[in-house]
Amino acid sequence: MIHKLSVGIFLICLWLLLSWHFTPLLLGLGLVSTLLVLYLSIRMEIIDREGHPLHLTLSTLRYLPWLIVKIVQANLDVTWRILHPRMPIDPTQEKVKCSQKSDLGKVIYANSITLTPGTLSMSIDADTIEVHSLTSTAIEELRQNTMDRKVTQMVGED
Amino acid sequence: MLIAATTAILITMLLALTRGILGPTLYDRILAANMLGTKTVLIIAVLGFITGRPAFLDVALVYALINFIGVIAVLKYFEYGSLHHAEKHDTPDEEQP
Amino acid sequence: MQSVLVILEWICLLGGSFFLLVGGIGILRFPDLFTRFHATSVSDTMGAGLILTGLMIETLVQQHGFTPLVKLLMIAVFLMITSPSATHALAKAAIHGGVKPRLADRAKAQDDENGADR
Repeated sequence: MIHKLSVGIFLICLWLLLSWHFTPLLLGLGLVSTLLVLYLSIRMEIIDREGHPLHLTLSTLRYLPWLIVKIVQANLDVTWRILHPRMPIDPTQEKVKCSQKSDLGKVIYANSITLTPGTLSMSIDADTIEVHSLTSTAIEELRQNTMDRKVTQMVGED
Repeated sequence: MLIAATTAILITMLLALTRGILGPTLYDRILAANMLGTKTVLIIAVLGFITGRPAFLDVALVYALINFIGVIAVLKYFEYGSLHHAEKHDTPDEEQP
Repeated sequence: MQSVLVILEWICLLGGSFFLLVGGIGILRFPDLFTRFHATSVSDTMGAGLILTGLMIETLVQQHGFTPLVKLLMIAVFLMITSPSATHALAKAAIHGGVKPRLADRAKAQDDENGADR
């Protein structure tokens, strides 16, 4: 119930932010489309802890800055490798352990890996992620499980 | 400075287009198309500011949505041969290459 | 205050342009499909992120108001969610379609064979 309510509030806020017109006609149209979308997503049964992870809001705000710093570092590294005349790359492919139990946690971890330039998640199994990496140092860093622990902490399973 | 950014985006689109034309495999081409789409989102946003109409951002937002769905749809099509049966794994015609 | 914002905007836009170009060069220079993913990821995260940040500062400078800022933020968040998903789907489809990644220890051997990946 709380998820449905928060999806509704979220959709209304989205409409108001995107339109920013407060005439009765546009507000009415916004209400109608919000209710329609809410009805459709309830019928599709996509509103639950996974489809609308309300409980992650605060921990996401803690996780994002760390991820952004990581992304900037990895970007500078990959940029250096692209512009270097000899392209010092040694592509590696390896399985990396992931300790998240829920699908949502795994998706967040895999997406974080892919979002960081230099590493790319290729397939996800029960407790491993197949990672293709531009350099062996990048995968060395992943194997220290810092990101894995951060994501697990964020999703709230230890 | 916005003009410089537009130029850079256009050159990047040109480079991605070159990869799309050269690209040895089908997936290189889809990758190039995906990159072109992302750059299009950026160029629409920047052009909105150059012409002084931030309302262009709505177009950019919708383009970002369509680009993602388009790439997924193309991949699904090439993976399963149709846009229809991909969800069901027990359909017999799914296994045919 | 205004001039600080303008200088910050220039830095963001120029930096974003630089990383976009790097991504474009990378997608041409890198030897095989899977390494090219890393090049696009540079222009999708850092390039797009910096350009959008520059535009956000532009809305503050021009005082366009609140909505353009939120829309730019939404575009940034949306790209941040969809771009890895699309890349992952593409990588998975490529493996499924039989493209083999060219790895470091095999790369040297393959150089004599003149490239076994199509």
